[in-house]
Amino acid sequence: MSVIIIGAGPAGCEAAYRLARSGESVELIEKEAEIGGNLNNWYQLFPDRKQAADLKAKLRKNIEHPQIHLHLKSKPVAFSRQGDGTIQLTLDDGALITGKALLVASGFRTFDAHRKEEYGYGIYENVITSVELENAFINHQINTSTGHAPKRIGLIHCVGSRDEKICRLYCSKLCCVTAVKQAIELREMLPEAEILCFYMDMRMFGPGYEEMYREAQEKYNIKFVRGRLSEASEDREKRLIIKVEDTLVGKPLKMTLDLMVLMVGMEPAEGNDQLISMLNLQTAPNGFIQVSDPHSGTNCTHQKGIFVTGCSSSPMNLTDTLTDARSAAVTISEYLNS
Amino acid sequence: MNFWGFSISEARVIDYDKNDKTLAQIMATEVPSSKLCIGCGGCTATCSAGNLTEFNIRKLQMLAKRGENKELQTQLHKCMLCGKCLLVCPRGVDTRRMIWSMLRFINS
Amino acid sequence: MNLEGKQQIWKDYQKDIADDRYYYARSCIRQTFFPGSEWAYLDILGNKLGKTVFDDPRHTTCTGIGYHSDVVPVETIMTVVARHFALMTEAGFENITPSCITSFGIYTEILHTWEQHPEWEEKTRDFLWKATKREFKKPKNLAHTSDVIYKFRNEIAAQKKYSLTDVHTGQPLRVVDHIGCHYAKMFPSKGIGGAEFPAVLSGMVNAWGGESIDYPERRHCCGFGFRNYLVMANRGFSVANSKKKFESMQPYEPDFIVTNCPGCAMFLDKWQYTISEMEGTTYGPNGYGIPVLTYEEMAALVLGYDPWEIGLQMHQVSVDPLLEKMGISYDPEAKYKNIRGENIGRPQCPTYLKV
Repeated sequence: MSVIIIGAGPAGCEAAYRLARSGESVELIEKEAEIGGNLNNWYQLFPDRKQAADLKAKLRKNIEHPQIHLHLKSKPVAFSRQGDGTIQLTLDDGALITGKALLVASGFRTFDAHRKEEYGYGIYENVITSVELENAFINHQINTSTGHAPKRIGLIHCVGSRDEKICRLYCSKLCCVTAVKQAIELREMLPEAEILCFYMDMRMFGPGYEEMYREAQEKYNIKFVRGRLSEASEDREKRLIIKVEDTLVGKPLKMTLDLMVLMVGMEPAEGNDQLISMLNLQTAPNGFIQVSDPHSGTNCTHQKGIFVTGCSSSPMNLTDTLTDARSAAVTISEYLNS
Repeated sequence: MNFWGFSISEARVIDYDKNDKTLAQIMATEVPSSKLCIGCGGCTATCSAGNLTEFNIRKLQMLAKRGENKELQTQLHKCMLCGKCLLVCPRGVDTRRMIWSMLRFINS
Repeated sequence: MNLEGKQQIWKDYQKDIADDRYYYARSCIRQTFFPGSEWAYLDILGNKLGKTVFDDPRHTTCTGIGYHSDVVPVETIMTVVARHFALMTEAGFENITPSCITSFGIYTEILHTWEQHPEWEEKTRDFLWKATKREFKKPKNLAHTSDVIYKFRNEIAAQKKYSLTDVHTGQPLRVVDHIGCHYAKMFPSKGIGGAEFPAVLSGMVNAWGGESIDYPERRHCCGFGFRNYLVMANRGFSVANSKKKFESMQPYEPDFIVTNCPGCAMFLDKWQYTISEMEGTTYGPNGYGIPVLTYEEMAALVLGYDPWEIGLQMHQVSVDPLLEKMGISYDPEAKYKNIRGENIGRPQCPTYLKV
């Protein structure tokens, strides 16, 4: 009997590998045709600028472990328990999988920036998301919609985070540091451009993050303006005119940008609500999966034998996600051996 | 005599596109550490001049970075160059040199 | 601006607007400044679209101007609005259609307040009974009159005599819209297309052959602001708001401005004169201003109403160049004559603004 893991992103892969190494057999279910989840949308990682593809290659190699059975393009559609508590999961291809424990590693999806209508995503050509910028980095090409190298670029923090208007009260944690990393990457590609970050607070919580912020200011000449974007408009040249308050000066500020990047936050994964209801879990106030205790039960849910890891329970950066996956593996091992 | 009893208000908004940012560029070149400011206000809290007058060094250098140089003309000379701001800055901004740089610009 | 992107965002939401049988709530100031607008609306609804609209002489101001100027307390305005609902109920109507966006905002706000705080509705029922011995039912449908025109924009297009096109070039007229703050900024879901990229007027413009222009300060307030404008000392920043809009729209060379709100129509029209006198600046071509039309006037022109019959001579900014562009046949001599053909006098010429 095995451990079933839903989601083969970084959390699912890491947990699968650790469980397999400790002797468990793992059924790893992934809805896409490829493992990696949101990692596939990243070019370089913070704070060390490691290639996302390298990390993914490592994860992929790890899950080649003989004890891990990968089910790609598969989704769980039904859940039941046998008398002895054994978990049964039916997949959309009709396969029936049984296990002693279930780990939810369904992760997150990025905020749909269309919902901040006043920022003009999908309406103005030169408004892109941080995910699209990562893809542009992969292709080594940054141009405006009119085919020019942007002279002034604004990165807008907290799009889809800390915002009552779109029912997202929480901080997505990784957008600040992503903005700093992307600003530096932009600088390397566009030495002459003016690059500005518009932030509410700089939440540089991880090791090396604050140092990277400092370096962005001094070495890379990135400007930081404390103020939240209120609205953007488009001028005749398809540039963006933005309105923010420069809160540290106490005056409204307007400027024209050639390219505006929205640092999209994290939302519960697509299908999160269905998964919660199918597995009879609880929804946390932020919409993610509720863990049983914020200190001692961070990988446990309110259902015996069902565990959670990574961004299924709350926004996390990659470092914390991988750590959390190892923590989940330990928690599950303890459960199986008790 | 204004027939209307009122006149059209001037915009208060910082027009970043139009503002002259020569001083901002000079400051960035002459005092690279000035780019490290995070607006914490430690300098202003301890400032000898700022405790007695409207002088706010944190705000003035931020205005200068946006090309809003007007206030500098009336405020900057109030600095006594005591250097206390330099001692408290958590980011190591060379505030004294920054003030010199701004003073030289507005006096030229 | 990518209109498809915009439509995609709002595709799941369509405002519910009643089909027929409207109780009409007039605006306080529209009839004074743009005297043909409301008449044109009633005529179009009744005679061109065959709808029933009840224009009730007992209906009064909603007191929104006083409310937004801090001189009318909330209990008073709720009671006045309750009386409107009572008149509507007594007349056998269920759909209320205010012709003023501030009234629309007020009705929306009051209905929303009563929903959230039913004790206020009870209190208001009590006040109304004590004051007038009247009772009311809440409207089944609340729509601004521009919503109604928007709903029937294609029916109007089918009957149109003139298009919003320049007959000399064949190009669509370039139209900027101004929605007004009280239409959707308080309750974005109650406006067609929300508050950010409203579609209520641009939908009409597109349906009638024009091109809607999105310009940077499109969503900015005209500066009316009630108590701001009413106090003379504050008018400087009131007019500065309109100026900001004119400066932002001018490079797009709009053929006219279409407005949703009685106050905005007045301000965007009359301030062009004020700014020209104060600073010598005009925003249209060759010293002219940018003509300002209400949506009823725009609909009426498209349907072939006589420009002077719908009161276009009352505009500060001359609409004559626009009429020429649209190829509307009109009698320039009749501009300052009343319906009996008598001379009504001519306004004095501005110093800078060409009329």
